[in-house]
Amino acid sequence: MLLIPCPWCGPRDEAEFHYGGQAHVAYPENPAALSDEEWARYLFFRDNPKGRFAERWNHTAGCRRWFNAVRNTATNEIEAGEVTA
Amino acid sequence: MAERLSPLARFTPVSADDLRIAEIPFLTQINLRVDPKSRAAADIGLALGAPLPTEPGTCTSAGADVLWMGPDEWLVVGPVGDGLEETIRTAAGTAHVGITDVSAQRTVVAVDGPRSRDLLAHGCALDLHPRVFGPGRCAQTMLARAQVVLAAREDDGFRVFVRSSFAGYLADWLLDAAAEYLPEGTVTSR
Repeated sequence: MLLIPCPWCGPRDEAEFHYGGQAHVAYPENPAALSDEEWARYLFFRDNPKGRFAERWNHTAGCRRWFNAVRNTATNEIEAGEVTA
Repeated sequence: MAERLSPLARFTPVSADDLRIAEIPFLTQINLRVDPKSRAAADIGLALGAPLPTEPGTCTSAGADVLWMGPDEWLVVGPVGDGLEETIRTAAGTAHVGITDVSAQRTVVAVDGPRSRDLLAHGCALDLHPRVFGPGRCAQTMLARAQVVLAAREDDGFRVFVRSSFAGYLADWLLDAAAEYLPEGTVTSR
């Protein structure tokens, strides 16, 4: 089980969190101008790196706030300095 | 007049030397959302007798209990029907503040006595040692897989806020977990 450092509540069990996928996926500036393929790419295509990965987490059983964390997908280590509210 | 029935109305309180478990029904609970840096937050703090606690996981109990629930969210808990909502509304005035009566959402289970920490530790991953989780601390977490708000009080007392629909389950679980701390024959419901 992961111990995830919530920026508000401190380290908590993984079971208290909801995963939000990749972080920093920007909403298209002009969605109407996108082709179907570009829109699908925005909606469904995500990075899948082995190593450092910035992702969104929600502390559902606690303060219910979203935050970003950088997790190493190979070791599951979460970088303490990279957890931002 | 309709009789008001609490979620744990059929739960028989247990009381031993080291451990007491009982429901505190019908407490007034107000969910408060306001920018902690705003004038309204200060005014509400003034009306409630103490500034809104801004350190995560802490609560104040000057008049009503005020529990930190999030960076801009608090749970204000007072006795049955004492016009708490009115007090906060008056203090907030016309400012941008969210005030919601959530009294029916959760009921409160009081777990008291020197064994209270041992009992809660059976189903809670948090460090409940008084050094870390002493009086004035509160936390939203899972207790026996049920979402709860824990608030630590003086003399090893805890208040466990649990959703009404989970209250029966949690009370049963507490009784079961408490078996080793209670004299033989105390728990009769199993």
